[in-house]
Amino acid sequence: MSIRRIARDALPVLAGAAIFLAAWKLIVLLGGYQAFVLPAPEVVAARLLRAWMDGTIEPHVVTTLLEIALGFSVAAGLALPVGYLLARSRLAERVISPYLVAAQATPILALAPLIALWFGTGLASKVIICALIVFFPVAVATMVGIRSVDGELLEMGRAFRASPAQVVTLLEIPGALPSIFGGIRVGATLAVIGAIIGEWAGGETGLGVLINLARGSLFDTPLLFATLVTIAAVGVTLYLLVILTERRLVGDRG
Amino acid sequence: MISVAGVAYTYGSGRTGRPALADISLNVAPREFVGIIGANGTGKSTLLRIMAGLIPPMRGTITIDSRRVDGPDRRVGLVFQEPRLLPWRSALDNVAFPLELAGVPRGVREARARELLGLVGLADAGALRPHQLSGGMRQRAAIARALALEPAVLLLDEPFSALDALTRERFNRQLEAIWRETGTTVVLVTHSISEAIFLADRVAVLAGRPGRIVAEVPISLSRPRSVTDLDTAIVSEAAAALRAPLELEAAEPILSEAVG
Repeated sequence: MSIRRIARDALPVLAGAAIFLAAWKLIVLLGGYQAFVLPAPEVVAARLLRAWMDGTIEPHVVTTLLEIALGFSVAAGLALPVGYLLARSRLAERVISPYLVAAQATPILALAPLIALWFGTGLASKVIICALIVFFPVAVATMVGIRSVDGELLEMGRAFRASPAQVVTLLEIPGALPSIFGGIRVGATLAVIGAIIGEWAGGETGLGVLINLARGSLFDTPLLFATLVTIAAVGVTLYLLVILTERRLVGDRG
Repeated sequence: MISVAGVAYTYGSGRTGRPALADISLNVAPREFVGIIGANGTGKSTLLRIMAGLIPPMRGTITIDSRRVDGPDRRVGLVFQEPRLLPWRSALDNVAFPLELAGVPRGVREARARELLGLVGLADAGALRPHQLSGGMRQRAAIARALALEPAVLLLDEPFSALDALTRERFNRQLEAIWRETGTTVVLVTHSISEAIFLADRVAVLAGRPGRIVAEVPISLSRPRSVTDLDTAIVSEAAAALRAPLELEAAEPILSEAVG
């Protein structure tokens, strides 16, 4: 990649960030807000740096990342076969989909304390909450993707004597992959929210816990903002990882 | 030898059933090139699907070298009306697809696919994805794919119908060359009289609803054939022989529509 190309791609991003930070600073200046109400960007940046240096933030990030990784894996691992089943079996769709939609329509915030009550305030309850929120978009995207696989290609596969397993692995899954990744993109960002909500329902460590600490007993608003920045960075990184994986697997199909 | 014996097929069942084929019998000798010609809706594609084992006939049998075809058969290579290439695979990997399904190891199937791409004139296009190929190149890749398992018979369902007339002529010449080179038996479904005459040793005319074979016309033109041959007396006789049963049928619905 040429320097010119990097400049062309990066410039708008940097310009956008600069405008965002300038507007933030301007609001703080014009409003005359104190740091415990709305800290200026440089205050947040300094606090973020200190929180990383003195080891305040690291254990929380590690915990939250672990919850996200497990929750997302469990959800995707279940959503792919369930989505396939929904796509290929009318009966399964009729029986399962009302519960799926109902579960999705129930606010996860209301469910979280219950799940913490049943499964304790350890890792398990966070993974479950995270998985619950990630499951739906991935399952639906898989269902839509499998259904959208070209029937003519499936007939072609049959003509060349593809076994049922080969139909799934060589035709249906590759054909559904762009749609499945659409669901995974949504799921990856929701996984972050799921982990935070899980931590709010009770827990010792995690970025959600740190938010509560910063807002409550510590009364450290810059730390609260620094935590929010970290959470956002986790979300963006996960999203980019998904996109990179998608490019590798889906590639250029024209 | 491929033998179609008393094959009948009806779409749907009971009173709403739509008969598509009635009592089709056709023998194709090894290395023969047979054309099946007919208007739309005479069951040409249905017949080809039955011969490929994709749909079971309701009556009658298909046999290849006296072994029955009772499902998708590796002795049959099918080319659809559309290329039906996998958009996420390169041309090479598309051609190698049937070999992959059959469990042929990667190195062997890639060498074979490369050979086949050369045969259809796509030696340099192996790395390209289907969307980077022209319509004609895609269809030739589909022919290469159908030849991958060295089938006893190649079935083609109007493979070039989406191409312009000039490209089509060029590909028909190439198809003839492929047929001579591979020594495979070919059954080509088409609705073009000139295409059928140019390529086939014998043309069966499918007409009526349900479709029946109403005429079989041998084409005694020497090979290799060229487009200029299409002016000779043999060709005009054959064309007349093919056109008569086709037009007989075509005339009816137009008249009945005009009257009704």
